[in-house]
Amino acid sequence: MSEREKILGSIREALAVNAPLPGAHDHHAPAVLRHRDDDVSQWLPAVGQTFEQRVERFHANALDLRADFHLLNTVQEMGAKLLEIRDGENWQKIGTHRGELTDAVSAELGLPTIRTDDGYDVRELESCDAGISECDALVAQTGSVVVSNRSAGGRALSVLPPHHVVLARREQLVRDLPAAFILLKHRYAPVFPSFFSFITGPSRTGDIERILVLGAHGPKKLTILCV
Amino acid sequence: MSAPSAQFKADAERLTHDLRHRGLIQTALKKYEVARDGKKANYQDWQSARQTAAEIKWDAINHLDKYLVQFATKLEARGTKVHWASTAEQAREIIVGIVRAKKAHSIIKSKAMTAEEIHLNDALEHAGFEVVESDLGEYIVQLRHEAPYHIVFPAMHLTRGEISDLFERELGSAATDSPEELTMIARRALRQKYITADVGITGCNFAIAETGMISITENEGNARLTAALPKTMITLLGIEKVLPRLDDLALFLPMLATAGAGQAITCYNSLYGGPRQPGESDGPEEFHVVLLDNKRTHLLADAEQRDALHCIRCGACLNVCPIYKNVGGHTYGTTYQGPIGSVITPHLRNLQTWKHLSMASSLCGACTETCPVKINLHHHLLQNRRNAVAQKPVWWEKIAFKGFVFLMNRPRLFELSKPLARLGQIFHPLIKGTALDPARAWTKTRDLPDVAPETFKEFWRNRK
Repeated sequence: MSEREKILGSIREALAVNAPLPGAHDHHAPAVLRHRDDDVSQWLPAVGQTFEQRVERFHANALDLRADFHLLNTVQEMGAKLLEIRDGENWQKIGTHRGELTDAVSAELGLPTIRTDDGYDVRELESCDAGISECDALVAQTGSVVVSNRSAGGRALSVLPPHHVVLARREQLVRDLPAAFILLKHRYAPVFPSFFSFITGPSRTGDIERILVLGAHGPKKLTILCV
Repeated sequence: MSAPSAQFKADAERLTHDLRHRGLIQTALKKYEVARDGKKANYQDWQSARQTAAEIKWDAINHLDKYLVQFATKLEARGTKVHWASTAEQAREIIVGIVRAKKAHSIIKSKAMTAEEIHLNDALEHAGFEVVESDLGEYIVQLRHEAPYHIVFPAMHLTRGEISDLFERELGSAATDSPEELTMIARRALRQKYITADVGITGCNFAIAETGMISITENEGNARLTAALPKTMITLLGIEKVLPRLDDLALFLPMLATAGAGQAITCYNSLYGGPRQPGESDGPEEFHVVLLDNKRTHLLADAEQRDALHCIRCGACLNVCPIYKNVGGHTYGTTYQGPIGSVITPHLRNLQTWKHLSMASSLCGACTETCPVKINLHHHLLQNRRNAVAQKPVWWEKIAFKGFVFLMNRPRLFELSKPLARLGQIFHPLIKGTALDPARAWTKTRDLPDVAPETFKEFWRNRK
């Protein structure tokens, strides 16, 4: 008998006896699974319905997480903002991928550019000053950026360089986490990319005396430019 | 007394008197409490969220066979190799086997309590491979050759000064008292390791049956790098990590972060559904998932305590536990510390050897109240006590209780015991807490209240 069959056999044997329902020790617990299929949006932190409320929430979250968020009016403005950051941080080299927004702005930067789309050298990417990527969605509720290896140039581009710049569009800003998962399923199912990540603020750690330090292993900075 | 029990008692005794240690832990946990309460208050209904989370985990665990098969089938369909291990030894052999077959030189590892459980690093090092822990806290305790102090905050017991000394000694860095500089020292030391490692090993927070994905929650980005750069990726997880549906994460990701670290959501919540797929620009060429039983089915068979498998390893029960706060994480001598560790270790290892952990509880219930998936923790501690005695009765306890029943059934004898107790109390101070005192374990740090000068019955009789 294979280990797989052995383990599944033990599981089936164990499950022959029913377990008490969850929260049975709690006086308010229901006698049946009543909440299994609840819409969890109603329990999670509330987010307003309008676009303005979503932007406001995303902005507040970004501030709290020490990410930079800029709502811009045109792709030209986005390009100008990037130039400003390039000069401010003295970028020498960037990593990016092919995409509508990335293509529109990255050429103007006039810097040596690593494109990750068709494979790349890891050391080259590691030496970039910034990784510029697109995304699948922005989540107002948590201030998260949802990326996949299809939308954001692979697994490493958004985590290896010290500054991750996200280029997004207004219509990508969804209300909450349940909405983000609906969007992902709608967009990709049944053949999902092999990697997704919900990125919420720059990389951080509190492992030394529970004191917050940014840039533990991933980017020290996260900038989100939205048009 | 078992060896772990003697060690627990000795360490607990020492550390409860170590005020510096207690101060360190309590300061850290106070910060956590403030942050957690702030984030919890943002939920529209935290209690309903808990109930829903408990029901989702109940569904997963009580249909574990179905969901595991679905999980494995989906992963295999996209080129992942799924391995099943009944024991820790098998899991170690599988992983060492993969590493050998790849002729790996170095291995980068992100945080995985399951790997601690099976002592994976020892096995890999014994087989001649270098393994580097990449989570900052885990890296620090690895350099100290120590076990993690806490399942979520592995280096919580160390001050920046101790960490600076450690880095100075092990990495040759300059002394500093800035947590930021210390973090950057580790960042620089580990950067090259990601790039040169042949194999990356990760743990897993949730295994999504519906889509065949593993979900990893972290703040630092080390797990993301571990899953992006090496050519081979290995994920080790316990079979209880399953969640039925992808969108169940919409509830579990924020709840794990809030209960575990007082965050709204952690920095990176990543999903991996296979090795690099055609058309993708990077990612490992090979992806291995190792499913570990290691007596989890033993716990599953105990229907009364089955909900202990709902655990998402957030560490919230450790953070609120008055015992943990006083004796600290290493005292437990287990992979999983605190209330959840005291509940499951007797199942994962041996009840008689580890039953003392269930005794080390005030049964205050803070753990049960805080658990985001509503595990009935403090009742399980009581059930462990009951099971331990039923399995192996203690002779002197049996005699003591028989004597008690004998006395309570005979009112005249009981009447007589009261003046005797008053008399005994006069002489007890002579031997209190000394080797002659039969109740020494109790009386050396405690006083009994005086026996009342008259009982209620005597009072009633004399009242006129």
